[in-house]
Amino acid sequence: MKLSGAQIFFECLKAEGVDTIFGFPGGAVIDLYDEMGKHEIRHILVRHEQGAIHMADGYARATGRVGVCLVTSGPGATNTVTGVATACMDSIPVVIFTGQVPTHLIGNDAFQEVDIIGITRPCTKHNYLVKDVADLARIIREAFYLASSGRPGPVLVDLPKDVVSSKTEFKYPRKVVLRGYKPTYEAHMGQIKRAYDEIASAKRPVIYAGGGVIHSNAAKELHQFGETMRCPVTTTLMGLGGFPAPHELWLGMLGMHGTFRANMAVAHSDLLIAIGARFDDRVTGKIAEFAPEAKIIHVDIDPTSISKNVLVDIPIVGDCKDALKKLLHLAEEHPTKNLETARKPWLDQIEKWRQTYPLAYEQGPDVIRPQFVVEKIYEFSKSKAIITTEVGQNQMWTAQYYHFAEPRTLLTSGGLGTMGYGFPAAIGAQAAFPDRLVIDIAGDGSIQMCIQELIVAVENNFPVKIAILNNQYLGMVRQWQQHFYDRRYSQTCLSAAPDFVKLAEAYGAVGLRAMKPSEVEPVIREAFATPRPVIMDFVVNPEECVYPMVPAGAPMTEMLLV
Amino acid sequence: MSTSNQKNEDLRHTLGVLVENQPGVLSRVAGLFSGRGFNIESLTVAETIDPEISRITLVTSGNEQIMEQIIKQLRKLVNVIKVIDFREVEFVDREMALIKVKAEATTRAEALRIVDIFRGKVVDVSPTSYTIEVTGDGKKIEAITELLQHLGIIEIVRTGKAAIARSKKT
Repeated sequence: MKLSGAQIFFECLKAEGVDTIFGFPGGAVIDLYDEMGKHEIRHILVRHEQGAIHMADGYARATGRVGVCLVTSGPGATNTVTGVATACMDSIPVVIFTGQVPTHLIGNDAFQEVDIIGITRPCTKHNYLVKDVADLARIIREAFYLASSGRPGPVLVDLPKDVVSSKTEFKYPRKVVLRGYKPTYEAHMGQIKRAYDEIASAKRPVIYAGGGVIHSNAAKELHQFGETMRCPVTTTLMGLGGFPAPHELWLGMLGMHGTFRANMAVAHSDLLIAIGARFDDRVTGKIAEFAPEAKIIHVDIDPTSISKNVLVDIPIVGDCKDALKKLLHLAEEHPTKNLETARKPWLDQIEKWRQTYPLAYEQGPDVIRPQFVVEKIYEFSKSKAIITTEVGQNQMWTAQYYHFAEPRTLLTSGGLGTMGYGFPAAIGAQAAFPDRLVIDIAGDGSIQMCIQELIVAVENNFPVKIAILNNQYLGMVRQWQQHFYDRRYSQTCLSAAPDFVKLAEAYGAVGLRAMKPSEVEPVIREAFATPRPVIMDFVVNPEECVYPMVPAGAPMTEMLLV
Repeated sequence: MSTSNQKNEDLRHTLGVLVENQPGVLSRVAGLFSGRGFNIESLTVAETIDPEISRITLVTSGNEQIMEQIIKQLRKLVNVIKVIDFREVEFVDREMALIKVKAEATTRAEALRIVDIFRGKVVDVSPTSYTIEVTGDGKKIEAITELLQHLGIIEIVRTGKAAIARSKKT
């Protein structure tokens, strides 16, 4: 029997196990929307396509499954680009379906036509223009496979209107055949042995883990390996939750706003074991002075990440989980003797660093410190909440003061640094886990970038909580202006702001405000007890800075501490 | 530990890239080079014996680390089937040029002599010009161009490089 492209589309989604899509209709996808009602799939209607892609991304990060969004041609497609690039930088498996004008009009500057394949070529893992309905099922199959295998990433499929409405025999391909795509999962045993010998004999080793540990579901193995080898662990922003934060071997996050002890440990280490991380400039600072005494082992599934920024002594291409399992196996077979004693001087030194400059702030009686808000949110939500953030100070304070113990509990735009990401991502996570507490820790600047999605939370009864650390500034840029531009606060003052409590109420959500430190706890308690979307407006110290702070391009040991 | 911004010499290298013969693939390859700041000095592309596969020969430059990145990044493209690094194998390469040169009564004979020496061919003749076809490596093309210069070159069209490994087939 012949099926239409639209029918095939939904049959394919069903075969891929998709239960939810985030989207927004339009002329070029009207046939898909017409068909939708006949299938058992939940469609979350967003209010802006950027919301749809961030929701699909949040859904993917929270669940580990592929997130799906559907938008129309032209502006519908271009509105997703920021979110596509966000997912690409952080290796998130999403499939984006965009409508396209009918094939005979492509290239004619037709109404709502844009070359979205050309536009997204550099910010997708791969993309497809479907020119013939006979290719549709195969391409959708390939798109899901590409998005979720190897180093995950976004795959965009462009669907011309006539392709969706024409008919063909439907057969869902079981196998994917891609001649040029064969990711390496198995870590090479010879390299693993070399790595293990180095780790066993190192005096000052540090494990530096990244988002790859989360993507490959290797948090348990990382935890075990760190403990077995008595090796201190730091992670990137993307790796938070990959190692349980309250732990004697935990160093905190490293990098520009990393802890003193994490950056000092890396700077003095003799062996740096990078697992699923990519030596981003926010982690290395001045690259010539990064880990100057260390040999480097680097495990990554993407060969291009290895020796891209920093030359590596022992490269291991493969899945983090596979590599860690093999290392653990070696550790079992050939246990290293006297590790406890051997590591003691190093761990003692790290403890000294911890005591010298712990993360600290003082909460007085009058003005709310944003760090205090994050610590209180942690206190009342730990181990059960999914936290999302926007980008800037709110994100860094969350990374520093919320102690993530489980993978997939922090959803944040690390690589691209997309303001406006956190709130739609929280909706995506809530759509996947209706019973979990999902909190977006936001700034008063970034929350306004996708605030229109509040109605989506209300409409769908997603009880997402938004905690605005409201300092009436674009705080992170203001902080740079304070330190490096003589306090010339050019265009960073947001004192003209909406009343967020009234805004919440206008959308049918709940608005709460805390002006004084004593009000923080009651507001959080009330918000968490309210089974509806809530905005908490915390009016915080306007000129608070994130410390430690390493100026861009400086060595990581040159930290501004207060 | 050594770093990426060591300045060793940027050398010219030839790569062979087998790709799926589909629309947009060339733009993925070209976009990779421009997006990541790599150089393309020349690029030639044509179908292979297998009509589903095209072969791109490209000449690029960079130090050891840049070359490693270029090759890895090319291999990462889903439509790239194979990358041949001609630094690792002996190879033969050729370019072709079409040169339109002034040829008047007094200079026609000299033009023909030069064409002969370089084993070129005259492929088009007019009362005032010859169009010459010549193949060889880059140096040979530059050499004939230099010799023809004083006769008056009207136009030159050069192809990129095509390269193939010696003896065993790549």
